[in-house]
Amino acid sequence: MSASNTESRTVLEALGVTKRFGETLALDGVDLSVSEGDVVAILGPSGSGKSTLVRCLHQLESIDGGAMYLDGELLGFEEHRGGIRPRSDRQIERQRRQMGMVFQQFNLFPHWSVLRNITEAPVKVHGVPMAEARARALELLDRVGLADKADAHPRQLSGGQQQRVAIARAVAPNPRVILFDEPTSALDPELVDEVLAVMKSLASTGITMVVVTHEMAFAREVADRCVFMAGGRVIEEGASAEFFTQPRTERLRSFLSRYSEGQREGEEVQA
Amino acid sequence: MTTPSSTSAGLTVDVANARPRFRPWRVVGGTIIAIILLQVVVFLVTNERLEWDVVAQYLFDPTVLSGLAMTIFLTIVGMVIGSVLGTVIAAGQLSDFAPVRWICQLYVGIFRGIPPLVQLIFWFNLAYLVPRITIGVPFGPELYSWSANDLISPLTAAIIGLSLHEGAYMSEIVRSGILAVDPGQRDAAKAMGFSGRQTFMRVVLPQSMRVIIPPTGSQFIALLKGTSLVSVIAMGDLLHSVQVIYNRTYQVVPLLLVAVVWYLFVVTLLTMGQRRIERYFGRGYDRAATTAPRTGSIRTMLTGAVPLPEPAGGRGVGRGRRTTKGDRR
Repeated sequence: MSASNTESRTVLEALGVTKRFGETLALDGVDLSVSEGDVVAILGPSGSGKSTLVRCLHQLESIDGGAMYLDGELLGFEEHRGGIRPRSDRQIERQRRQMGMVFQQFNLFPHWSVLRNITEAPVKVHGVPMAEARARALELLDRVGLADKADAHPRQLSGGQQQRVAIARAVAPNPRVILFDEPTSALDPELVDEVLAVMKSLASTGITMVVVTHEMAFAREVADRCVFMAGGRVIEEGASAEFFTQPRTERLRSFLSRYSEGQREGEEVQA
Repeated sequence: MTTPSSTSAGLTVDVANARPRFRPWRVVGGTIIAIILLQVVVFLVTNERLEWDVVAQYLFDPTVLSGLAMTIFLTIVGMVIGSVLGTVIAAGQLSDFAPVRWICQLYVGIFRGIPPLVQLIFWFNLAYLVPRITIGVPFGPELYSWSANDLISPLTAAIIGLSLHEGAYMSEIVRSGILAVDPGQRDAAKAMGFSGRQTFMRVVLPQSMRVIIPPTGSQFIALLKGTSLVSVIAMGDLLHSVQVIYNRTYQVVPLLLVAVVWYLFVVTLLTMGQRRIERYFGRGYDRAATTAPRTGSIRTMLTGAVPLPEPAGGRGVGRGRRTTKGDRR
């Protein structure tokens, strides 16, 4: 949104990415560019390939075509004798460490305490001293409002609390970019706001975020740019302000209007 | 919170004051079980052919105790090697490299399919098939070489046979445990930059333990009893040691009872140990650790009701469950 963003460099980039599950083309030539410090919201109907895209960006799924770059480095593949070949597992792990991910189902490790969930990656993967990792974990827990839950086990927490821990876990190793895969979709309606509040305060710290979400209000308020996907393609993208007020494609216009109707219906049902 | 409510008849009702219901068929069933148990006890006490004095005489006999030690040793060694082997084979069966998958499936197919008794005899007679065991370059010069007759004693044959058999069963148990872990856990571990080995050892395996432990306990017990098979290759286990004695004294029944007493004793210890380990690996899965109420009194069995707790500091049997009553609305 701000002028500085246009000058800042690209952190994460996807060029013509394709992904197949058997016969289905889940991603059909997706382009995406995320600048440093930006919050990018990815919107779209179910099955549009949003989640697949972030899972591919984090190399949890392999891609079948196109290319992805993190800070200009090719993700998952390397140059070799004038062509390209898959990177070694170690290289892929090194690349993954530069990104964080927050899952729809939280995926906290239930056999560890909340504190250990957050310190494990910094200590065992990034080689941070335990005392330092612990101090940072406690500080992050304080920031997500769960300072008193450090010794609790994940299953003793509510869904909203678990997701806030998962966000702290993703932030702890200082990743270049954090990917959110529908972080509030598995939550009871009254727990959604506490997670969105944490994400909003995180966005204000200037960290680069890619957020797959159905929360239109959040996208509109917090995201710098919005991307609309349908049928495995990017249909439209733009700065959040224009994206919602002046959609250029018919597809996005109908999605936005249907969505706001759906919202109203949902509210009526609940009332 | 438990305010008395009124029925249409105007009576004040509070189910907390209900009397237990009398259930006549439970009395009948209980009586039948008691009679059968009594008969078994009378048989065990009065039948002189059981020769309990001989049982007592040989229970702590040095030969028997050394046989027991060998049985426990073989069980532990077989279980340790079998578990390590089983974990490796299980990981191999889930590998994304097809040849590794095939070889591991072949292993399970063969060693689970051949009866352990046959395997023991086979390994014991390995020297007939392979006179010399050699380490060297395949189809090239050899570096070390041993006579199979020197290498394969009853002990090594027993360890090899039991471990390989156990490994095949353990791999199926470990595999089911691994498959029971939510795939999201693997995603999360990978997403944090864990290596494949870290993901398996730190995230997947500890969580699969909850599923792995109970069948492993049964497997442990099965192996303990399975060690009695090694008596056929003249390995001095518990069964073999009592056989050695009764071949001399012809007191077959009392000496088999000596073995029975020791088998049951060790199995009971193992079962108790298993419960403790289950509780350890179950941590993080129960929201609040609650102990199950003991409902084992005769009165409870007959009436089907959990006795009400006595008010203050009472010795109420069903307290664990009852304490939540006042908290619910």
